[in-house]
Amino acid sequence: MNLAEGVRLVSLIILSVMMLGTALGVVLFENIVYSAFTLGGVFISISGLYILLNADFVSAAQILIYVGAVNVLILFAIMLVNKQEDFEVLPRRWIRKVSTAFVSLALFALLATMVLQTNWPVNPSKQPPASSVLAIGIHFFTDYLLPFELASILLLMALVGAVVIARRENIVGEETAIVSEEPPHIFELPERPREPIS
Amino acid sequence: MNLEYFLLLAAALFCIGIYGLVTSRNAVRVLMSIELLLNAVNINLVAFSNFLDGQNIRGQVFTVFVITIAAAEAAVGLAIILSIYRNRDTVDMEKFNLLKW
Repeated sequence: MNLAEGVRLVSLIILSVMMLGTALGVVLFENIVYSAFTLGGVFISISGLYILLNADFVSAAQILIYVGAVNVLILFAIMLVNKQEDFEVLPRRWIRKVSTAFVSLALFALLATMVLQTNWPVNPSKQPPASSVLAIGIHFFTDYLLPFELASILLLMALVGAVVIARRENIVGEETAIVSEEPPHIFELPERPREPIS
Repeated sequence: MNLEYFLLLAAALFCIGIYGLVTSRNAVRVLMSIELLLNAVNINLVAFSNFLDGQNIRGQVFTVFVITIAAAEAAVGLAIILSIYRNRDTVDMEKFNLLKW
């Protein structure tokens, strides 16, 4: 990828402004649905930054996985817990907000001084590999084979764990009792009544 | 186009994520802030991979791993939020103090 330097700089500025603005939107919007949609904006602008950094495969994976899977999953979760509740006002909550903002700004100042004062051993002479997909695939199947396989096992564990945690507990043996009657609510699974823990 | 621009950008995103993680009261927004933190780390990894390790891009391999773990974390975290919402009938982080004291 050999874009001109000016084009790169302008797109870097545009993507940075987009990313920081939408990230602030995620944190600061009152409505949680707006936050979820601006989170999609964050992911898309980060994928543009990856293209600027010659990482085409990671950019495509970012859009596929984050925008396509994680963001949609978060939207589904918002729909499932969509309760318009007004959080009760806590006393002295502004102290927490102000102190957290102070800590975040201080951390940013620390990181910024660290970044600007370190001499990074940048070597711009080396060209990126011709096909990053090829390079990543070779890494996956030679020197990172064990983490690759472990990642597949981890995904399987997360799948099973998410299903086990999130499913409703059905009463075994009560399906037959419903079928005999005329079915007014046949689409509802019988569920054990459960009191919310106060 | 320097390495420092991307590192500063990732640091800013990380700090925004930490602010959201601590101050938000909706549990789903806490998960979104965690995604912001993971993405800041990913930007750092890809920037280092491009500027310092241009020939064999190990940083991008680690980024793919981080994306995988983040997807699994999002699924399990949202399942936990659904379960806790079904039990406590709220998503307010201030009410989730079963293990606090």
